[in-house]
Amino acid sequence: MIFSPFISKPDNVAQIMLKVLLALLPGIALYVWYFGAAILVSIALASLTALGTEALMLRLRNRPIAPFLKDNSALLTGWLLALSIPPLAPWWLVVVGTAFAIAIAKHLYGGLGSNLFNPAMVGYAVLIISFPAQMTHWVAPHGLGQGLVLAELGFADQLQYIFLGALPHGLTLDAVTMATPLDTLKTHLHLDQPVRQILDMPIYGQLAGHGSEMVAWGFLFGGLYLLAARIISWHIPVAYLVTLFVIAGIFHLVDPGHYVAPLFHWFAGASILGAFFILTDPVSSPTTNKGRLIFAAGAAFLTYMIRTFGGFPDGVAFATLLMNICVPLIVLYTQPPVFGKKGKQP
Amino acid sequence: MRKLYHFHGGIHPPSNKTQSTRTAIAHAPLPTKLIVPLHQHAGEAAKPVVQAGDHVLKGQLIGMPEGFVSSAVHAPTSGTIAAVDMQLIAHPSGLPNLCATLIPDGKDEWAALKPVDYRNHSSAELQHLLRMAGVVGLGGAAFPSDIKLRIGKQKINTLILNGAECEPYITCDDMLMRERAAEIVQGAEMLRSMLDADEVLIGVEDNKPEAVAALQQAITANGMNQEVVAIPTIYPGGGAKQLIRVITGLEVPSGKLPTDIGVQCFNVATAYTVYRALAHGEPLLSRVITIAGNVRHAQNYEALIGTPIAELVALSEALPDTDRYIMGGPMMGIPLPSVHVPAVKATNCIIAASAKIFPPSPPAMPCIRCTRCVEVCPADLQPQDLYWFAQSREFGRAQAFSLFDCIECGACSYVCPSHIPLVQFYRFAKSEIRAREHDKQLADQARVRHEYHEQRIEREKRERADKLAAREKTAQAAKLASAPPLTPQQQAEQAGLEAGRAHIRELAQSEVGHSDEGVTK
Repeated sequence: MIFSPFISKPDNVAQIMLKVLLALLPGIALYVWYFGAAILVSIALASLTALGTEALMLRLRNRPIAPFLKDNSALLTGWLLALSIPPLAPWWLVVVGTAFAIAIAKHLYGGLGSNLFNPAMVGYAVLIISFPAQMTHWVAPHGLGQGLVLAELGFADQLQYIFLGALPHGLTLDAVTMATPLDTLKTHLHLDQPVRQILDMPIYGQLAGHGSEMVAWGFLFGGLYLLAARIISWHIPVAYLVTLFVIAGIFHLVDPGHYVAPLFHWFAGASILGAFFILTDPVSSPTTNKGRLIFAAGAAFLTYMIRTFGGFPDGVAFATLLMNICVPLIVLYTQPPVFGKKGKQP
Repeated sequence: MRKLYHFHGGIHPPSNKTQSTRTAIAHAPLPTKLIVPLHQHAGEAAKPVVQAGDHVLKGQLIGMPEGFVSSAVHAPTSGTIAAVDMQLIAHPSGLPNLCATLIPDGKDEWAALKPVDYRNHSSAELQHLLRMAGVVGLGGAAFPSDIKLRIGKQKINTLILNGAECEPYITCDDMLMRERAAEIVQGAEMLRSMLDADEVLIGVEDNKPEAVAALQQAITANGMNQEVVAIPTIYPGGGAKQLIRVITGLEVPSGKLPTDIGVQCFNVATAYTVYRALAHGEPLLSRVITIAGNVRHAQNYEALIGTPIAELVALSEALPDTDRYIMGGPMMGIPLPSVHVPAVKATNCIIAASAKIFPPSPPAMPCIRCTRCVEVCPADLQPQDLYWFAQSREFGRAQAFSLFDCIECGACSYVCPSHIPLVQFYRFAKSEIRAREHDKQLADQARVRHEYHEQRIEREKRERADKLAAREKTAQAAKLASAPPLTPQQQAEQAGLEAGRAHIRELAQSEVGHSDEGVTK
């Protein structure tokens, strides 16, 4: 440094991103435990695609490649996207999604620090709109194969499907995959089944989907680590979860037969992942604490609306993107008062 | 227990103070030469009143204050003025400034001193004495203290003495408070009397328990009605606005001065200097300077103003891998263009820097809007937005986001994980805005001058035309007057010619009328 200050804390961007990646590990570990190792293939594919696309875009934009590849931000985008899409999907699904996220949603908007939208969610949105069929074939949790799917694939078979598109003799895709807990809920609600009856199905565990609720606990644990390490502030997770709970709670109290309990909404789908990892992306979320509360509350409201009344099973991605658009306005109107301009004195 | 308040943010950098508080303040030996700049204070430079070859005594006036905001400069010791010329000074630009070079004669002979009893003089008289004694703020800004004592109609409730010393490495105020608390306390009483303040509060960070104890002892021993307030150690707790907020809970309104809310703030070393100037008649000739950092023994020295920094640093033995020198602390200090510059009234600390203690920062990454800077800003600003606007040259929006409320403390740069030199961007934006306002002022003045110039040309043209017309008229009148009187025959001829002209004019008129009729038909 040639001008003051001549000292600084040694933290850097790569360290922050690395801590977020580490915070994802408990959830990923539980994912592998309940759903098999295919998710690791997705994550690996996403990581390679993310780094490769980032290197390509940096070269095209005439920027230095090494410092940006080392900052782990592309890896994080890849991992979040991989965790949002079915692990038993053709390899090109995660590659297309990740490439789009990095190239279009991140670099065409200006690269690190300049993206208006959360890149992982943009990738997800592109995939779910363009390939709705592949995006709804999820893997069943272990040990429940009998009630949910006809057969379970071993890891080798999963690899074969992901890369070659070939399934073992006699099995179709429908036989080895199923809809998500949220998707199942929506379908059966449309068939006018009451909530209690739906929740008796073997796909559901204590609070939400069997297996996936445990993964949500894993992400919650990681999220609490992020809070303790002061990587994120409490405003977004707390505002999101509280708002989601309150809205779901109101509907549930009014009509428990048609609207599922609030805790279900917490532990189903990507709520916890969204609250702690996706909405908290610093670049696309507000920079003021009041703004963060409004942003997260809005996202929770939209998540609930999309899940309950909208066309998609889970609303976290679109809720994030819609609130991302509002961020500049939110930030403008939630500026805290400056020292010496606060008006009141003790 | 006095209630204390908080300001938003702040950081806790490693303090690095114990290295220089192990030994008492040492007296630096008389240097080989003294280079005394004539502009060591805020405001206008002093005008030299000596020239090369003059012999001066210790404390003799060598620079006369000039203008409303100015202060005097004195010879720090007796000797001969070798030159009054441009010399390299402690400014990061490396530009030289006017200095008086003094070669000491070793006798350290004082000029006549005139101590006063402050109780027997009016505030205005004392202010003049302080101005002529060269007393300026020794906290770093070097603002002439006499100006700060002019209060006009405001009532000053609280006089605060700033003994916070929040920057790492700097310990000169700490040692001064430990060793010379009595003079500080008496100086504070003089200041209180001049301001007619109701109370005196001395703010000291709680990492200086010895200084707190020494001041308390001095207050009791001298029977003063003053209070030592131990404040939490946090940077930048020694910033005037932050200190006022912590001790009184009041926030100095943006764009206003502390006196506007009934508070005035002086550094403890300034209070000490005021005491020496009034009670002993001594002008400001020396100050305590901390030499720290990459040196063999960090230490505080009482050094004469104008001492070459190189000679001071040599006393503490800078280690061979020292690559540059910083005047001030690591958060807000300035890099010296060379070690061969003189110490001035604002020099509170010299840090010998090396790659080990001040490692070079990695290249800056883009801002990821993590808002760690917002968390630490003591002025409640949005540093990442100010950076965004400064970088894109949107200076209007930067001002709207309170750019000029930034105190440039450096806390934001300290915590930034992208290692962006944020304060540099704010300095850039502020200087661009000031330059534009200056240009606009010049342009406005030029426009007014131009308009006046145009008016003047018009006026001159009109005046010339009027003059010409007037001259014509007088010439005509003169011609008529001087013409010989006409004979009756000539008169008759003139009348006949006139009648003929009138007839022709009539005919012309009626013809015009006919032709008009012809046209309209």
